Parts: sequence; C-alpha cells; structure tokens
Amino acid sequence: MTGGEGRGLRLSVLAAVALGFVAPILAGLAETARVALGFDAGLSSDAVPLAALAALPGVGKSIALTLWTGVASTLLAFFLAFELMMWIGGARRATSWLAPLLAAPHAALAIGFAFLIAPSGWIARALSPWATGWSLPPDIATVHDPLGIALILGLTVKELPFLALVMLASIGSLPVARLVATGRALGHGRRAAWYWLVLPALYPALRLPVYAVLSFSLSVVDMAIILGPSNPPTLAVAMTRWFQSADLQLFAPAAFAALLLGLLVALTIFGWHLGERLVAAHARRRLARGWRALRAPWLGALAPSAAGGLVAAGLMALLSLIVWSFAWRWSFPHALPERWSLALWGDTRSGWVHVLAETALIGAGATLLSLILAILWLEGETRGRFGRARWATALIYLPLLMPQLAFLFGLNVVFLKAGIGGDRTAVLWAHAIFTFPYVMLTLTEAWHRLDPRLFHSAASLGAGPWRRFLTVRLPCLLGPILTAAAIGFAVSVAQYLPTLFIGSGRVTTLTTEAVTLSSGGDRRVAGMYASLQALMPLAAYGLALVLPVLLWKNRQGLLGRG
Amino acid sequence: MLSLKHVCICPVGSAEPLFPPLSFEVGAGEVVTIMGPSGIGKSTLLDFIGGHLGRNFIGLGTVSLDGLDVTHRPAEARGIGVLFQDALLFPHLSVGQNLAFGLGPAPRDRAARRQAIEEALETAGLAGFADRDPATLSGGQRARVALMRALLARPKALLLDEPFSRLDETLRAEIRSFVFDHIRRQGVPTLLATHEAADAEAAGGPVYRLAARPQGTE
Repeated sequence: MTGGEGRGLRLSVLAAVALGFVAPILAGLAETARVALGFDAGLSSDAVPLAALAALPGVGKSIALTLWTGVASTLLAFFLAFELMMWIGGARRATSWLAPLLAAPHAALAIGFAFLIAPSGWIARALSPWATGWSLPPDIATVHDPLGIALILGLTVKELPFLALVMLASIGSLPVARLVATGRALGHGRRAAWYWLVLPALYPALRLPVYAVLSFSLSVVDMAIILGPSNPPTLAVAMTRWFQSADLQLFAPAAFAALLLGLLVALTIFGWHLGERLVAAHARRRLARGWRALRAPWLGALAPSAAGGLVAAGLMALLSLIVWSFAWRWSFPHALPERWSLALWGDTRSGWVHVLAETALIGAGATLLSLILAILWLEGETRGRFGRARWATALIYLPLLMPQLAFLFGLNVVFLKAGIGGDRTAVLWAHAIFTFPYVMLTLTEAWHRLDPRLFHSAASLGAGPWRRFLTVRLPCLLGPILTAAAIGFAVSVAQYLPTLFIGSGRVTTLTTEAVTLSSGGDRRVAGMYASLQALMPLAAYGLALVLPVLLWKNRQGLLGRG
Repeated sequence: MLSLKHVCICPVGSAEPLFPPLSFEVGAGEVVTIMGPSGIGKSTLLDFIGGHLGRNFIGLGTVSLDGLDVTHRPAEARGIGVLFQDALLFPHLSVGQNLAFGLGPAPRDRAARRQAIEEALETAGLAGFADRDPATLSGGQRARVALMRALLARPKALLLDEPFSRLDETLRAEIRSFVFDHIRRQGVPTLLATHEAADAEAAGGPVYRLAARPQGTE
C-alpha cells in the first residue's frame, strides 16, 4: 500500500517523455551551441561566429527592434488588458468576445490585421474616398513599417485577450468590489483604487504569464514576418532567414544569434522583474506620503477605448480573412467586394484540401500522442499518491521555457545527420514536443479537481486500479480531456517554426502556407488559407464544448449542473 | 469480524501520532462508533482501515478481517466498503449502473444481475429508478442508493465516514435507521466515525473517543 504502486507505469511514461521530448531539446540545443561556437567543421565559417554575426548588415538594429517590439507590445498588452478588466469590472460574460482571438493562431491574426491596416486595407477602404479623398491606396508604410508599430499592435491584439483572461481567472479570488470601495472611501479615484489596491494583489498570479508573453514576443517569427519591419527585420526573423538560406557560411552566425536571443530573453525578463520592484517601491513611497494622484481624465477616456478598439480590430481582422476568401473583384476604395465568388473554395484541386488534411493529420497525431502521455503520467502520479516534484514540473514545461529557435535549428541538423526528418512523422513528433506541455497544463488541474473519494468508493467496491481508471476516471474526465485535446490541436495548428525546420520545407501546413502567401500578391488565396487556419482551432473548441453535452445530456452531474 | 490491533497514524515527518494506539473488535452486525471533534483524524483512521491512506500519513498496527491480516492489501482486495457524507454516486452512470458497479462481475447471468439490482432498488424504496441520472435524486435517495451499492459488493466490513452530516434534521433519523437496519440484517461489522452524539446513540454499539489523551471507553 505504499509508493510502489504504479511505479512501472510512472517509469515508462517518464522514459517516453525524457527520450521523446526532452532529449531532442537538449540534443538540439547542444548542436546549436556546437555550430555557434565553431566546433562543427562542416558548418563553421572561418571567422569567429561573434565577429561573423557582427559583420552581417543590420544586426545591431535587429537587436534593438527585437527589444523594442517585444517590450512595448508586452507593456501595452498588459496595461490595456488591465484597463479592459477595470472597464468591464471583471464580468465573465465579456470573455466570449475574446474567445475567437484566443483561439486564432498568430499567423492568421497577423494576416487579417495586415488586411485591415494596410494602405489598401479595410480601414482605408471604409474611409475612402469620402473622408480621405484617396482614390488610390496612399503611399504610407502601415505594415512592415521600420519602427515595428504594426508588429507591436498585432502582438498586442493577440496577447491582450490572453492576459485579460488570466487576470479574470485570478480576479475571482479577490474581494475587488470591497478593495475598490475602501480605496474610494479613502479619497482615491476608481482608477487609482484599481491600480494601487487591486493590481498589487493581482500581480503575483500574472507574473509568469507576463514573462511568457514577453519571451514569446521577443522571439516570435511568423507574426514578425507578416507585420514586422523587413530590412532589417527582428533578430528572430533575421536568423530564420539565415538558417533557410542556401549559404552555409550563415549557419554559424545564425546559431550564435539563436543563443544570443535566448540570452536576450533571459536578460529582458530579469530587467522586467527589476522594473516591477522599482515601480512597486516607488508607488509605496508615494502612497505612504498620502499621494492621491492618477485622476488623469484623458487616461480614463483613452485607455478603455484603446483596449476595446484593439479587440474590435482583432475581430475585424479575422472577419476580413473570410471576406477576402470569398472576394472575386475588390478594387480600392470599395468597402466591400464588388463581386463575390466561391471559386477558390470550390477548386478542391488547387491543393487547399490536401494542406488542410495534412494540418489536421499532424495536429490530431500530435494531440493524441500528448494526450496519451499526459493521461498516463497523471495516472502514474495518482497511483503513487504523490504530488509532482519540482524537477518533473520543470521537465514537462521545458519546451515552453526554451527558446524555440535555439533548439529547432540544432535538432534539424541532428535529424538531417541521422537521416530522419523532412517528413510528416518528424513534424508530428516536433509538434508533440510543444502540444504536450499545454495538454498537461490543462489536464492537471481538472484531474486534481475530481474528488479522490470517488475512487476510494470505487476501490472499496472491489474495482482495481485499471478498472477505476477506465470506468470511472476517463468517463468523468471526458469534458476536460476534450478541452485539453482542443488546446493541443490549436497549438499544433499554430506551429510555424517546427514545421519549417523539421519539415525541411517538404511538409506544408496551413500555417507555413499562409505565412508564405502573406508576402505574395493574392490576398484572396492568403485569406483562404488564413481563414482555414483560424477556423480549425475554433472547430476543435466547438467540438470540445458540444460533444460532452451530447454524450452526457442525461448526466447533469458531469455538466456542472448536478 | 473486523479487528484493529495497536492502530495509530502519524503524519509524515512527525513522531507524534494523531491519537493513542487503538485496539478493538467489531462483530457481525455490530456498529462501533469513533467519536471526536473534526480534525482529530477520524477520516484518516478510516482511510487507513480501508486502504486509502495518503502518502502524507504513515499508519501502524494491523487491520484484520475474520482473522486474516489485510493491512498490506490494496483497497480493492480488502472487501471493506465505505460510505462518505456525500453519496459519491458515479456521475456518469445511471442509478442502476451504479448499483451494478457495486455488484461486480460476480453474477455473470444478465437476468440475475438485473434482478439483484431491482431488488436493491425496491429495498431502498426506489423501484423503477434504474435508468435515472443520479444528479436528479434527492439527498436522501442518493444516500440510500450509496448504501445499497456498498452492500451489493458483499463487504466483509463497512466504514461510515460522517455519512449523515450532510442530511437535514428530518431526513437524518430516517436514513440513519435505514442504514443501521440493513447493516444489522446483513450482519456486516461496521465502524462509524461521527461527531454527533445522536449518531452514536442510534448505532447502539460501543463508542471510542479519539482525543489527544490516553484512550478511553464508554
């Protein structure tokens, strides 16, 4: 009756995760470092990698752009999410508006956002010619602008809903109404009460999600290709180009840049952490002196409308994808297509069905693999009756903490040397590395929410561990398992770099296709691929919501209505 | 007969047991009561006896059934039933399927299984409820189904962990006598953990009080 139970199960799952997910990451990192530091005779250039990197044009500017876009978008998303929270007062209903934005992959949202804000985009069309006088698209760089404003806004549109949702989840446990009432009774304004009383109580729960957003924004590639500056681009985009180029001389500096980006991410997170403490210390001092500031009326008017405006822009962006995919003739400055057509969707031989099937196959495979491992991992923990050790947690979330580029490059080299890669199986495997932590994250919480006494009852009725698992645990967790699967599937559909690197350009998914098409001339085709990319996760979430209701329609206790 | 010998439980990392060692026997159809304030470790004691003890506790002593030491058997191989304060009917199974779960694979014959379930439902005053969703039952109905489910498994002993504390006053007496009547009729040795004196009185058996002082009997 001790911890020996389920040991075999635990060890096999651990071995699978370690060999299948952790080993490739470490091997990839090691290989990247080897190339970066000039130990790979085949790939190293004559110059010292650091010198070779520094000699490449625009590297300094790329680094500056990376820091600027990453930090600015994270700050903006954070404050606007908080303003949004304040505006809706923590009302849960409002989140249904955020759901499509949360579900949409970055690439699809970025393409739609470009369709919206481009000089010939929907906004310009809607205002022309009656307000602007433009009969031709103006010559302004609103996308790919050298300062990266479009990228910052695009990232903000995508990360704001995520941060808002995280805030909403943790705000429930705070006595917000009483905190705000107390603050106001003491002479602070409503906004001041939110900033000085609610935010400090909320922040500890937001810290890790904010760091994740920061790390993501600094290393994002697909969105930066679609919206960001192109000459020079951000560091992540630059090194992706170098890796993809036929010039082997660029491999060593690119690998060095990948390590440098990892370092930049770590330093920025550290800097943010210092910033947190400085702001907190400063505010505490000011408050102790009886400060009553932050009654800025312009902030009160501007911030909520900016937050609401960006959410609306995101939704419009997704809508514009669908509109474009059905457009046949849509010349500037018409607000809507002059001629609609089903031709693109109807032409099933053009290849979109094949790409859709490939994406679905890889997504379903990666999700299934992650789901099986996650369920068996949790079952192993349950049988051993212990919580998760810190090292195990670190092992599970390693793929989320590691800079993607740094190990994908090395992993690609390892795969090529081993003669694997460049096919669907390898891409599926690479996707599973990233879907597993998300599936695990989602499922763990639901798993532990189930009353353990339900299983004590089952055991006392003579049901052994496998019977408890199969006939009680799995059916009771059907809803959460489907939700985790939908999240895993959405994560896989959104993957760009793993497909690009591990697929060696021979495996095409909706994401790689949409990113490639985004730089091409035909918005209708790009719109179609991006629509599909945005709709697939939505369809998965929809199924995850509907299936339990259908299957358990006669079982109120499982639908939260018992 | 359920017997405990020198049973005590220590939280991991502490040499201090929750209560002084317990030794007693529970005969067929007898209901022994463990009394004590909440937090003293009544549920933990029942967890140990049933084989559900968590990793944060270490249990010492022996639990035996009809002279057979079951202390190191897994819960499912002990034949010790449990009833909690919540009925804990499996939410994904119908009332009938819940009872069938308790029945186990023993009677293979379909008709015999159905008959056993119908009889159990009838005994519980719930004839015709087999296809119902357990979530639609009242608290009292759920408690009766839970007892029937536990008894269908033909347990060699039964543990009751505050099984009446969630029921309202009027229902409590009724369910209590229903439970005790059936336990006596089936002759199952039963251990009841409660903080209600009225429960202990209705049980009618010996009462052991758990306290952080030397063990006493009433």
